[in-house]
Formats: sequence, structure tokens, C-alpha cells
Amino acid sequence: MELTAEILIPGEAVSAPCLALTAPISFWGGVDPRTGLIIDARHPQRGASIAGTVLALPGTIGSSSASAVLLELVHAGKAPAAILMDAPDAILLLGIIVAREMGWQAPPALRLPAEQQQALAGRRLTLSASGAIIIN
Amino acid sequence: MVELSAEERSIASGAQGEGAAMALRIVTEAARLMGAPRLIPVASAHIDGALYHGDSGTLFAERLVAGDARVAVRATLNVGALAPAGCAAIRLPAHERDMAGRMMRAYEAMGCEPSWTCAPYQAGHRPAVGTDVAWGESNAVIFCNSVLGARTNRYGDFLDIACAIAGCAPDYGLHQPENRIASLLIDVSGLSRALRSSDVFYPVLGTYLGRAAGNAVAVIEGLQGCTNEDRLKALGAAAASAGGVGLFHVAGVTPEAPDAATALGHVAPREHLVLTPQELQAALARLSTAGATQRIDAVAIGSPHLSLAEIAEVERLLAGRKLAAPLYANTGRHVVGPLAANGRRAALEAAGVVFVVDTCVVVTPILPEIDGAVLMTNSGKFAHYAPGNTGYAVTYGSLCECVESAVAGHLVREALIWS
Repeated sequence: MELTAEILIPGEAVSAPCLALTAPISFWGGVDPRTGLIIDARHPQRGASIAGTVLALPGTIGSSSASAVLLELVHAGKAPAAILMDAPDAILLLGIIVAREMGWQAPPALRLPAEQQQALAGRRLTLSASGAIIIN
Repeated sequence: MVELSAEERSIASGAQGEGAAMALRIVTEAARLMGAPRLIPVASAHIDGALYHGDSGTLFAERLVAGDARVAVRATLNVGALAPAGCAAIRLPAHERDMAGRMMRAYEAMGCEPSWTCAPYQAGHRPAVGTDVAWGESNAVIFCNSVLGARTNRYGDFLDIACAIAGCAPDYGLHQPENRIASLLIDVSGLSRALRSSDVFYPVLGTYLGRAAGNAVAVIEGLQGCTNEDRLKALGAAAASAGGVGLFHVAGVTPEAPDAATALGHVAPREHLVLTPQELQAALARLSTAGATQRIDAVAIGSPHLSLAEIAEVERLLAGRKLAAPLYANTGRHVVGPLAANGRRAALEAAGVVFVVDTCVVVTPILPEIDGAVLMTNSGKFAHYAPGNTGYAVTYGSLCECVESAVAGHLVREALIWS
């Protein structure tokens, strides 16, 4: 099965398991920037690691420091391999834009509606540089 | 597709140095992501990006400095993780302390003003009505839009400094007049005038507003003659913590709302909410997490940073008494400077007040680690963030209750009618 997604931030092809969150998350206070673990006590995926996953985000909330947390995850080698977002977010994705400016290996970001994300939960996905999502 | 001017294209390709080029590329990428067709000039910036979250942010700021980046417009700085003006001790490990200090110096080296406050609008940075600016820090954003009537989106870390260097910002969202029109009407006129004229009401109203509005724009009816600037500051800070609110209007009070109909663009509201005492009670309950305990380990006030008027109220309430529990007074050097000059700071410190300057107790480790500790506060924003960031449970109360509790060393309540 294959889906096509709009490219928000381009990147190289990746292949990784999909972590599909079931609730919106605030990266600041919600994800540990050193480990990539979800630390928000109220989040349904608390304790899961977003490092190396295709992270599907139904929404983002909260602090305007989400970009700083994502940049720190990239710098620490704990960032997701790719991000799927319901809608572009000028705060979170700034972390990827700045990582690219710094010359650090940064994940691509694709737009995928929240209602299509849950079907991908736990599956291994291959994302092409042109925005195709192949479900393995 | 974002259309750049010839000058913008030349800056992006390095005509004014690599730092300016990087800043303009970041602003342009943000504009592309948000579908903004062009960049618009901004008159000033308020930078929230100099608060240390990890080494990468320091390296980014130092890369800009190495590329000779300078801010093109007035840029004030929000709080940092250290307190160069002294006061409360900060328990940050050596490496983090060093990197946080390097980060703060890098932002100063780019020409940002060392204001180090989350209330820049009370430290002399007040853009005029209708001016486009690029501000970060959620309470500063909402105050700037709502109370000053200047126009800003919520600028996150990195985009704030990039806009300040580039002198421009993506043209979308709250920069556009049509997006500033309220779609939600909240009527509070059924509550008593005594309640509507009390400080303690405003963080609770803000919590309700944040949850009711999400990121929509609301106009509040029924506060004419009840507000002052510090109450609007408290209302906005609580609304921006509880929701994604970037702008609200108060009919007959804020500059874009001579009356509710104007704020609504002379169109019927999408939703018309009447705030009842029951809903107010629910919002009030949401601000406390400590439960029915009398325990108070510390009191924290000043999120957003205290004004001189708020300090004067603390002095009046304290009336020369000594505190049994520490009262952390979070404020900026724009307030502590004048206080120190006339001996008021020393008198407050002798009574047991601990000044926290250039930073605050929820963004850097200041409060001692104590098992089961309880923090009392009159701030909706502290009430929201303290449990996660400090480990302290929270009891919300009025400034009077905060001072009386700090004097007594345990919770003291005053008679208040929440209707």
C-alpha cells in the first residue's frame, strides 16, 4: 500500500517504524530533549521513545520553545527519522529548518491528515524523497 | 511561493554577511511553510530564544554571531536561565551554567537589549497601535496584540531572532486585520462588580478564556471600569498558558474594541458564552493542584514579572511584618533598579522576600527540592507551569492571601465571594 503526502520539509528517503500519537503533544515539557522519551504525565504515549521513528503527530500544542526541543533532539541524535504532521506548524518545524542551516542531519517532514495517521501505527514505513509513503 | 524583493534576495545570498543570510533564509522558510505570500517589515522584536534548553541553542546563537549578525530593529530579551543582576541562587550544574551564560552573551552581542524580562511592555517597550512587530513569549505576545494593539504572531524560538536580524516577518495570521476580528463573545456582566474589580479574578477569567477560545479571538463584555494594566496582564498570561490564545479584546477597554460590535466586525459571533459562577468555580479549581492542605513551603509571585505598582501593593499588605515562608518576587531589572535606589529592596529582603531578577522560578532551578512541597501563587501562569517544572504542587490565591500565608507559614484564606 502506498500514500502520497505533501512535502513540508524535504529530506532523504527513510525507513523506520511508525509511532502514531493518539493525542496532540507539546514538545517543551512533553519530550525529554536528551533522551527522546515522552515525559508528559498526561500523554497516552508517555514513556515511548520518538527517537528514530516516523513520528505521526495529530496536533501540536503549548510552548513556543518546541523548536528548541526538536533542535536539541537532532543535536543529541535522538530526533525522529521523519515527522508526519496534520498541519504545518511554524514553531516545531523551525527546529528542522535551523538544524539544516547548522549543517546537521535533520528529518524530513510530510503533511498527512490526522485521520490517515492511525492506520500507520506500529507499521514499518518507507518514505521516499518525493513524498511517497510505502507501508511495509 | 514567497515573493522576495531584490534586496531580500541579495541578503539571502550573503550580501550582508552569512549571519544575515541565515536569518533571512529562516524567515523565508517559515513564510513558505505557513503559506505567507510575502515578508513585511517589523518595527521591533521581543526575543524568547535566549533561554537555555540545551547546547544546540547556544551553538545556533554563536553561529549567528560568528556570521556578524546584528539585529536590524529594537529587540528586547525575555528571561534567561541565569540571573546576572544577582538575587536568588540558581542550582544549575557547571556545564549548563556555562552554556546558558554563553547563550545570553551571544544574544547581547547581536545587539539585543539586556532587558531580561517577560514584561517588556512595562520596561519601556510599547509599540504603537497597528504596528507590525515580531514578539515571542506567550504572555508578551498576547499583551502586545490585545492591550497595545500592535500586531504579532506567536514567534517561537529561532524565528524571533531571525526576524529581528532580517527586520521582517512572514505576512500571515494576526498581522492581517481580518484575522484580528473576534468570533467569540464572552459576557461576564452577570458577575458582581466587586469580583470583576478584584485582582484575583483575572487569572481565573484567563484560564476560562484559554480553554473556551483555544486559539480563536474572543471579545469580553462586562469589564468596563473594572480593569487596569496589571489585571489585563494577568488575564492574558493565564489565557496564553491554558490555551493558544494570541489576542483577545475587552469591550470598551482595549484599543481594537471601542465596543463589542466593532471587535466582532459587526457580524454575529460564532459563539456567545455567558460566564456563570459555576464555570468560574471550575476554572478556579483548575488553578490549584495541592488539594485541601494548609501546607505552604514557598510563595511565588510575578509571572509575568511584577510591576512597581504590584511591589507597592506587597509592601502595603506586608506592613512591616516578617515572613515565615520565603516569598519569591520575580521581576526585572527595570523594577529592582529603582527599588534598590531608595532602600525599598533592602527592606523587603530583610522581611524575607527573595528577589528573582532576569529569570523566574519556573524556567530555571531556584526552588529547593523538598518532598511533597507546596507553592502558593497568585499567578495563573505559575499555577499552570509550576507542578511540571518545579515538582511543587500549587495552591492558587489572591496577593493578600499569598502575603498572609507567607507571614503565617501556612495557608491563610480571606473571605471572597466567587459570583
